[in-house]
Amino acid sequence: MSQDVVSQILKDYIYKTLTEKKRIDGRGLLEYRKIDIQTGFIEVAEGSARVKLGNTDVLAGVKMSIGEPFPDTPESGVMTTNAELIPMASPTFEAGPPDENSIELSRVVDRGLREGQVVDLSDLCIEPGEKVWVMFIDLHILDYDGNLFDASAMAAVAALASTKVPASQYELGDDYPLPIKNWPVMTTFAKIKDIIVLDPGLDEERVADARLSVYTDQDGHIRAMQKGLNGGFSYDEVKEIVRLSKEKGKEVRKILMDAVKGGE
Amino acid sequence: MGMKSDIKLIDENGLRIDGRKPDELRPIKIEAGVLKRADGSAYVEWGKNKILAAVYGPREAHPRHLQDSTKAIIQCRYNMAPFSVSDRKRPGPDRRSVEISKIISEAFESVIMTELFPRSSIDVFIEVLQANAGTRCAGITAAAVALADAGVPMKDLVVGVAAGKVDDTVVLDLGKEEDNYGQADVPMAIVPRTGDIVLLQMDGDMTEEELFKAMDMSMEAAKYIYELQKDALRRRYAVIAQEEKEEIESIEEGIE
Repeated sequence: MSQDVVSQILKDYIYKTLTEKKRIDGRGLLEYRKIDIQTGFIEVAEGSARVKLGNTDVLAGVKMSIGEPFPDTPESGVMTTNAELIPMASPTFEAGPPDENSIELSRVVDRGLREGQVVDLSDLCIEPGEKVWVMFIDLHILDYDGNLFDASAMAAVAALASTKVPASQYELGDDYPLPIKNWPVMTTFAKIKDIIVLDPGLDEERVADARLSVYTDQDGHIRAMQKGLNGGFSYDEVKEIVRLSKEKGKEVRKILMDAVKGGE
Repeated sequence: MGMKSDIKLIDENGLRIDGRKPDELRPIKIEAGVLKRADGSAYVEWGKNKILAAVYGPREAHPRHLQDSTKAIIQCRYNMAPFSVSDRKRPGPDRRSVEISKIISEAFESVIMTELFPRSSIDVFIEVLQANAGTRCAGITAAAVALADAGVPMKDLVVGVAAGKVDDTVVLDLGKEEDNYGQADVPMAIVPRTGDIVLLQMDGDMTEEELFKAMDMSMEAAKYIYELQKDALRRRYAVIAQEEKEEIESIEEGIE
């Protein structure tokens, strides 16, 4: 993601370590860094979650208000996802309007939430064609140490799962928890030369040739995918990654669900 | 994906809303060298999609801080004309175009021999003149031909093609209604000679088997589209060769 220069020595070192089935931070090839999820971090937001994936740190906030539906979907609420790569998170991030990296990140996260139907948007309808809940999911990247995709996707789902719909503010009865329909999970793999690793750290991401993110749901269905970086994957590599993502998605989903339950 | 509707996308004979079989592409026409000023260009009609691609470069990269002292950078701009869709699209890049431009640039990175042109930029412009589902794939297919037409050294062409799922059936190359009311879409860019997948996206709801079936269909279709691309380039250079021959003949006549 960053454009900074990486030495060939670092690349060789990372690759050589991988050929010995190890990673420079001591993990196995298909092992996540430590995942830490804290919900309810922002009290003034309707929902929030802070996810630490190793040292990568992402804070997601959900704000809800009442607005008009889109004319072509009169019975659906409105959901928007936005990501900000703020300058404090990395020396390579700059202030200013969203660049292509933050746009790609927010669109890929959004695609998984939408296609994975984490929330049934028809649940957010108040009066068809007139009044619906408008929901903003804002991802604030606090510390960038690789794999923003998975950390952001986890933060978004955890924030939504901890969201209370602010019905009382609008005299629509008591506040109630946002109904969660599915638990989509994104798993991201990086390819370094011919070796595939899960959850690339910053240095691994810098030297990676290609990246593939796969969103799966609790039924093992595939809901969204995105290939990134300059290299390609063979057909068999894609197949292998899709299979692995179902298995690894299950592990992350359990952590997510436990964290949300624990936060209540 | 997946606005709910009562539209039947597959009929009782297993045919699609436009009469195609599940593994059938829309008609595709490719023409190389259609613009005068660009270093290379191509025009693609893919069903009702009408797409122009133009290439400038390798030329000096601007702004300068973008320059890479080891290789050329690839800057792709995917843009939709305001009149290309039924409701007027506001001109200029939206978030969708920014994302598509980024992933198309990345898709070409592994086939273009960028290391031959340090500090330069290869600019690829894709203009969607009329859109009817599948514009990014048609755009990639056109851009690859435009790059070859510009003489940019490449390891191979790149083919864009999509498959997806409608009415619980895996189908190739989704049309407009299938895109709007279907269940999944998997756009890909494939390097035909190596089989490398250099662009892959998916949205919707598919099982693993359905996804792999869709990918198989696209891999197979890519071989056919690849032939269309090469044919367009051959036709283009047959014309150039003929023109050169005539020019030489007329000079020779002058000498005699």
